[in-house]
Amino acid sequence: MQVSLQISDISKSFKDLKALKHISLEVRENELFGLIGPDGAGKTTLFRILASLLLPDEGQANVAGFDVIKDYKQLRKNIGYMPGKFSLYQDLTVEENLNFFATIFNSSIEENYDLIKDIYVQIEPFKKRKAGDLSGGMKQKLALSCALIHKPKVLFLDEPTTGVDPVSRNEFWGMLKKLQKKGITIFVSTPYMDEAALCDRIAFINQGEILQVDTPSAIVKNFAKQVLNIQTPSIYKALRVLGSYQHTHSIYPFGESLHYMDSRKDFDWNEVLNHLKNEEIKDVEGELISPEIEDVFMELSRN
Amino acid sequence: METTIKATNLTKSFGDFTAVDKLNFEVEKGEIFGFLGANGAGKTTAMKMLIGISKPTAGDAMVANYKVSTQADLVKKNIGYMSQKFALYDDLNIKENIQFFGGIYGLNAKTLQQKYQQVVENLGLENYVKQLVKNLPLGLKQKLAFSVALLHQPKVVFLDEPTGGVDPITRRQFWELIYEAADRGTTIFVTTHYMDEAEYCDRISMMVDGKIKALDTPKALKKEFGAETLNEVFLNLAR
Repeated sequence: MQVSLQISDISKSFKDLKALKHISLEVRENELFGLIGPDGAGKTTLFRILASLLLPDEGQANVAGFDVIKDYKQLRKNIGYMPGKFSLYQDLTVEENLNFFATIFNSSIEENYDLIKDIYVQIEPFKKRKAGDLSGGMKQKLALSCALIHKPKVLFLDEPTTGVDPVSRNEFWGMLKKLQKKGITIFVSTPYMDEAALCDRIAFINQGEILQVDTPSAIVKNFAKQVLNIQTPSIYKALRVLGSYQHTHSIYPFGESLHYMDSRKDFDWNEVLNHLKNEEIKDVEGELISPEIEDVFMELSRN
Repeated sequence: METTIKATNLTKSFGDFTAVDKLNFEVEKGEIFGFLGANGAGKTTAMKMLIGISKPTAGDAMVANYKVSTQADLVKKNIGYMSQKFALYDDLNIKENIQFFGGIYGLNAKTLQQKYQQVVENLGLENYVKQLVKNLPLGLKQKLAFSVALLHQPKVVFLDEPTGGVDPITRRQFWELIYEAADRGTTIFVTTHYMDEAEYCDRISMMVDGKIKALDTPKALKKEFGAETLNEVFLNLAR
């Protein structure tokens, strides 16, 4: 497998804030790679460095064979970058925006039309509308079209689905899978843990550090701790009781359930349920479940 | 059980377009109610009516015992509101924010001082009292915003996407505060399109094209639609 993105020991600080701490990563050619982490984890800083828009304090990075500092001019011709903030010209129409970006890259809408066709046809009926007047989902599609118009080798998408409703999110991931089939390497960030499962491989990032890199299934499979899923109508009371239970390693609400991990290596989970019953928590049910991506992320970011 | 929100054929039209179409639902005291819908489904328009800043064109709603159609000012005095996007003034410190927001709701100087001390103690903000709110970590800022929305002890608090995009641990700490407030009898009304937020609610409603298409506990909805996740339920309804 060829490497498309090579990041070695990248660090970046803003005054006292260490935004990135010794980040190293490799993304393979034609991979759909997810950078998963919360607000403020350093995702956007890393994107800006990889797109040659920000200089790292330390370390090196290569994208599609080009160094982000020395070869930045070449690099920019070979990548597409869709920032988290909508950054097209609001007072140009859909068509004008697309034409503008095609022209900058010495290309035309016609030249690479096959690449954007599936996405662009959905906004084409509105091509005379100003970009600023589009709905959130349509802005996202236009931004993606503009990022693709010069047929980049690597596509950088910084939180493309933040603030977008589940229907549009679903469609968007469908589009990414299609682009991947056309040979484009995709590096995408998201704060949504459920989107992690849609990537070939993911890296967890928190407070400027990479916590783990692997396929979503391997990350879950290699998780060492057992998770007890607890259901009761008195979630809040159960949460408080287990919050001060001597054997609790962690206890978190997960929607309508609680996820409990024990501090002991082997434990009889009936003991935990009995403890709840003794504390007068009613209708307690429990079962051991396989961990979710989110369980793993929380455990890693605790340390 | 006491009802704190009751919508009866609540409707809002703009010319020919009916943004909110005859909503009927009730929320009990101390309940955590999730109000869901896709972008453009009419969520925001409905919520604006419920918090008394937009008048229904037909139907009505009772919120905290007042009618939104004719007693909007009383509705506003008896509810709290917090959104993730805007909740506090970044360039004021903790005390100034509490004085400002509490002052708007008519709390006197003595009460404000007590509330201030309470909030600082409850949230462990001692190390941040001299700082501007913009310097607080995101998690603490959200907890502070929620506490500020509760200063005047409203019967209902409206939360607009309170934890979207926040890291999973911080989000859970925040939900513990919400649980605690609900446990004390505050009704919590959450609008969101983050399904992982919706999972924490006692009951949720899903709005599609101005109408409520489903309303039940997350568990019952998943069962009804034979879905593993609320996301699937949502996709099913919205398509």
